[in-house]
Amino acid sequence: MLENIRLSFQGIWSHKMRSFLTMLGIIIGIASIISIVSTIKGTNEQIKENLIGAGNNNVKIQLYQGEGTYWMDGGLPNGVYQLSDEQKQEILDLDTVENASFYQERTYADGIAYGSTNLEGGNVLGIDQNYLSTCGYQIYRGRSFIDSDFEEIRKVVLLDDTAAQAMFQEEDPLGKVIEMRNEPFTVVGIVKKSDSFQPVIQSMEDYNTYNQESYATVFLPNVCWPVIYQFDEPENAVVMAKTTEDMSSVGKNAAEIMNRSITNTTDSLSYKAEDLLEKAKSLQDLSQSTNSQLIWIASISLLVGGIGVMNIMLVSVTERTSEIGLKKAIGARKRRILAQFLTEAAVLTSIGGLIGVGAGIVMAQVISRMSKTPVAISVPSIILSVAFSMIIGIVFGLLPSVKAANLNPIDALRRE
Amino acid sequence: MILQMNGICKDYLQGKMTVPVLRDIDFSMEEGEYVAIMGPSGSGKTTLMNIVGCLDQATSGTFFLDGEDIGKCSDNRMSDIRLKKIGFVFQNFQLLPRQSALDNVALPLCYAGIAKKERHERAAEALERVGLGDRMDFKPNQLSGGQKQRVAIARAMVNHPKILLADEPTGALDSKSGEQVMELFESLHREGVSILMITHDAGIASFAERIVEIRDGRLKNREVETE
Repeated sequence: MLENIRLSFQGIWSHKMRSFLTMLGIIIGIASIISIVSTIKGTNEQIKENLIGAGNNNVKIQLYQGEGTYWMDGGLPNGVYQLSDEQKQEILDLDTVENASFYQERTYADGIAYGSTNLEGGNVLGIDQNYLSTCGYQIYRGRSFIDSDFEEIRKVVLLDDTAAQAMFQEEDPLGKVIEMRNEPFTVVGIVKKSDSFQPVIQSMEDYNTYNQESYATVFLPNVCWPVIYQFDEPENAVVMAKTTEDMSSVGKNAAEIMNRSITNTTDSLSYKAEDLLEKAKSLQDLSQSTNSQLIWIASISLLVGGIGVMNIMLVSVTERTSEIGLKKAIGARKRRILAQFLTEAAVLTSIGGLIGVGAGIVMAQVISRMSKTPVAISVPSIILSVAFSMIIGIVFGLLPSVKAANLNPIDALRRE
Repeated sequence: MILQMNGICKDYLQGKMTVPVLRDIDFSMEEGEYVAIMGPSGSGKTTLMNIVGCLDQATSGTFFLDGEDIGKCSDNRMSDIRLKKIGFVFQNFQLLPRQSALDNVALPLCYAGIAKKERHERAAEALERVGLGDRMDFKPNQLSGGQKQRVAIARAMVNHPKILLADEPTGALDSKSGEQVMELFESLHREGVSILMITHDAGIASFAERIVEIRDGRLKNREVETE
């Protein structure tokens, strides 16, 4: 066998140009498949990362009434109790959870102003000390909330850069006092989302978390919430899963823990996690189904390549008639001749496959540069391609090899 | 008796016509004999050679080689007989052009399933025997005609066959290298190797112990004792 492989390399090397041209079909086929698969994989990973936030893995859990989120109009609904620190600790103790935070949220909040400048349509978040780290905020200027802010119920706020820009324009917001529903709050810091947490594209209409977060947001310690809104209100949770794959289960488990605070069974109230992973999957499926059609088309070039291999092998058998005749005359069995030619075809197409993989990776990188989409080289698909090209060699080499094995040694020797 | 043929006939189909090539041939050879078959082209001597060499089977008649009925052999068995019992020497050498002399000689050993190290040792030994111990790594195109034929003889002998079949072994050689080949056959014969040679050259045939003439598919024994 090893001898056959060595002889095949010798044969291929002695007809470099011809072998290369024969391999070309296989090279092109494998290269296109590799580049398509890499692009699909890259796009999928991008969809996943963009929807979910690269490295963020945040799951948001909100109170739902039926299918929609619960509309707050003053206070907790009957039978729904404040979430406790014990529940938060329980979520944090889950194996798959990195970080967790409970917070209150008002969207399109009114009554926020600095002097005569109103902040229209901003968000107000009443947060605990985990929120900023869970959601990937960084202190840009000033300071973050500290323990004593919570203990002493200090009226302090953090602004995100959008809110700071909207209310203060050129002015320095630090130390300034803003009004929140007529209560004075002191700005102690400016926060920003860290760059790696910024989404690159928004691919789904109903996915608006990031849109919301790009709205101006004012953060205050959750203990101050009743000061401006008078009521305790239902809290949301944001949980950071350790891995993207864990997000669905983390969301479900956390919601389960939170649902213990609900005794109301009549109004179909429950905490639910938005399942971004599911949504990402459906988007990925879409891109995959379009691209798998491309793979079929690329496979046609493999077929054509295989026929090319068969053709050249037939020529090679004719050329080497006297060699085959001699080998049979000195005692080579049919099987040996068959194995020799099959090996040669398989080696030829495997080399083609390897070159194709190399070309495919280069092609994928070029596509990635030009279309600015990421590519991810998939190792299983490389192994599969090389194995597949070897199989092509064996399948299409079969006919020429059988022809060689069945040559009559007398005729074969007579021909010069 | 190394080979024994009784009533061997061979017909070829040419279109719808059957052309008889060999007619009722009785021929036998003792172990260690050196026989030449002589005849003009078209006389059927190559066909006879092919049947003796187990490359072809007779249409009718019986043929025993080393006691085995070849008429009843399968294709694979014929291959094995060619491998183990027969050594071929062809007019045009039939060496593989891209392989060294050593690899050419080692080829039958490879088919016999002998390990690489032993293959090389035995092939080297066979090349020494034909006087080409210093040309082992040469490719066929670096060798003269006479040297090529000696490589071919080394290949034929490397498996220690029962019989050496030579088809016009000097046909492509000048007279001097032809003589060297004949000398080599002579010394192999003295060592006890059975040799069957076909030729149309009476001078070459005269090296054999016994000359058999073939004409129009029929044998004529001409008991000529040479030397």
